[in-house]
Amino acid sequence: MIAIPPTASGNDTLTRWGDPPAVELREVTKAYPGPVVALDRVSLRVRRGHAVAVVGASGSGKSTLLHLMGTLDAPTAGEVLLDGHPTGHLGDRQLAALRARHLGFVFQHFHLFDRLTAIDNVASGLLYTGVPRRQRRALASDALDRVGLGRRASHFPSQLSGGERQRVAIARAVAHRPVLLLADEPTGALDSVTGGAVLDLLLELHQAGTTLVVITHDPDVAARMPARVRVADGRVQCIEGLQP
Amino acid sequence: MTESLAGKGDFAPVEDIPSSKARGPAGLPDPRRLSPRDVVQLAMIGTRSRPLRAVLSTLGVAIGLATLVLVVAIPQSSNAALLAKFAVLGSNLIEAEAQPQNGLAVSFPPDAADMATRIGPVTAAAQLGNVSAVVRRSPLVNPATTVGLSVLASSPNLLSVVSGSVESGQFLSPATQRFPVAVLGYQAAGSLGIERTSAPGRPVRVLIGSRWFTVIGIEAPMPVTSDLDWAVLVGWNTARDYLGFNGRATVTYVRAPDDELGAVSAVLGPTLYPSAPGLVNVTQPSDALAAQQATQAVNSGLLIGLAAVSLLVGGIGIANTMFVAVLERKQEIGLRRALGATRGQIRLQFLGEAVTLSALGGLAGAAIGSLAATGYALWEGWPPTLPVAIVAFSVLSATAIGAIAGLYPAIRAARLPPTEALASP
Repeated sequence: MIAIPPTASGNDTLTRWGDPPAVELREVTKAYPGPVVALDRVSLRVRRGHAVAVVGASGSGKSTLLHLMGTLDAPTAGEVLLDGHPTGHLGDRQLAALRARHLGFVFQHFHLFDRLTAIDNVASGLLYTGVPRRQRRALASDALDRVGLGRRASHFPSQLSGGERQRVAIARAVAHRPVLLLADEPTGALDSVTGGAVLDLLLELHQAGTTLVVITHDPDVAARMPARVRVADGRVQCIEGLQP
Repeated sequence: MTESLAGKGDFAPVEDIPSSKARGPAGLPDPRRLSPRDVVQLAMIGTRSRPLRAVLSTLGVAIGLATLVLVVAIPQSSNAALLAKFAVLGSNLIEAEAQPQNGLAVSFPPDAADMATRIGPVTAAAQLGNVSAVVRRSPLVNPATTVGLSVLASSPNLLSVVSGSVESGQFLSPATQRFPVAVLGYQAAGSLGIERTSAPGRPVRVLIGSRWFTVIGIEAPMPVTSDLDWAVLVGWNTARDYLGFNGRATVTYVRAPDDELGAVSAVLGPTLYPSAPGLVNVTQPSDALAAQQATQAVNSGLLIGLAAVSLLVGGIGIANTMFVAVLERKQEIGLRRALGATRGQIRLQFLGEAVTLSALGGLAGAAIGSLAATGYALWEGWPPTLPVAIVAFSVLSATAIGAIAGLYPAIRAARLPPTEALASP
């Protein structure tokens, strides 16, 4: 089992060893009919307040890893624990509640609703959390301020640049202050300058305490993360940026 | 920016926000329900983002419902008009007709109407006698062409008893009882090609038997006794003097108060023809109109079936639209699942969308149908009636059809694995 300790940049007061890890994979295997083994007995633990890049070529199994961490897919064998809760035996409603409250997702292609303004897009991320409607807007407004888009709240996605759209998507992912922020190629659809700025924002959120897992195939992005997990052929090849 | 963010220190873990305070027994977050307002808003997404498609997909339901409302409302209106007509003319007219038996003509005494008037509740009575004569425009006309017209001797009070009126000229009166004058029924006048009555210096005449009669009046269409429209009426004594009429009545019309109709009907036969009352056929002409109305109702039953088929096709249209919507919005479904939507909430969203579509179509159809039915009724001069219960029921059933149509697409949407949904282009 691999533990990823706090990073040098992390604020020690936010590192709580007594808390359960934000996400933990125990001997997780994911096989598809074929049979194709996407993940082969992977064990991984991301503690609260840490940030890690999952790096690998396409087809290495890193996307599957993110889907399993996000309970969007279930492992064939092994156990995924979120915030200390085993998820294997949970039903759809409980998994959905976990995603709504504990997880935030950022996707390569933003996945914003074109017909909603920035603030409504962010508020839509709170729809399934049970937060009352009026509070949703207030929280969304806070989140937009945090990503530096407070003045663009009433803009539609079509009126925003790619980088701004991804910021809106990040605001949506963190508006409910998730235990774990999962980003799948967050800079993949952006040019390097804009992508760098988006990564800056993610790292700022990490600095402020958010647990972060970034899936990327881009070595430059991986290099800027405090820790890296290299995945190839469904196995964890090596861990970098660890402290003993 | 880093400083400001760190300075705020508001990125504390999730326990801070109100939504995660409530936890299940195992420390897991509780699944939350969507508020009704959120459900409604989710259900409106499809309609709002693709209004044209929404309109087209609900067209079937709208047309079906409009038809349904029309076929129910229009007969109701015409029925109401008929009832109003009865209310004015009275449905309290009784017709007693002598039925020929074994080829022998049966007839009433010449004073049949007077006899009928002596029945207690009877308020008025008139009589007609069958004159076996052919009416023609001129001697050059083949008698066979006007065979549908009957020549009847009439008591002068006929019009008032059957609530008829003359369109032009005047009706028979005691003063004209002995002169060779005739009054034409509305259809009889048309059939003979006579459009106006006699004026001084310009007599209009018809040939009855071998004798010329001056046309002094043309009747308006009879409101209840429409068979009189095909008759040519002459005075009682005129018929006897000029046409060899035997003076015996064959039909008697009687007016009586509504609540005495049964009693009067029962004694009318024995009164008019005591020797064989069974040969007197006593009817209420308004019943015939009511029966005609009932026939229309049967026809509208077929139309309702047609409307139901159209509703069914409309439901299929909505199901089709929903399948396309689910295919198109896979990404949205995946995103919502990632944001924490349960399968049930996805199902509810798409089911709600189908119900929204069908309810909108249903309301539109009901509105169009009601407007059209009202317009038609006004154009026909009928009182507009709106079958509110039927309209409400059909809007509800259209909504139910939408729910049924949307069920399978919604289940498909909910079953979509989130990873597959997110990966779709």
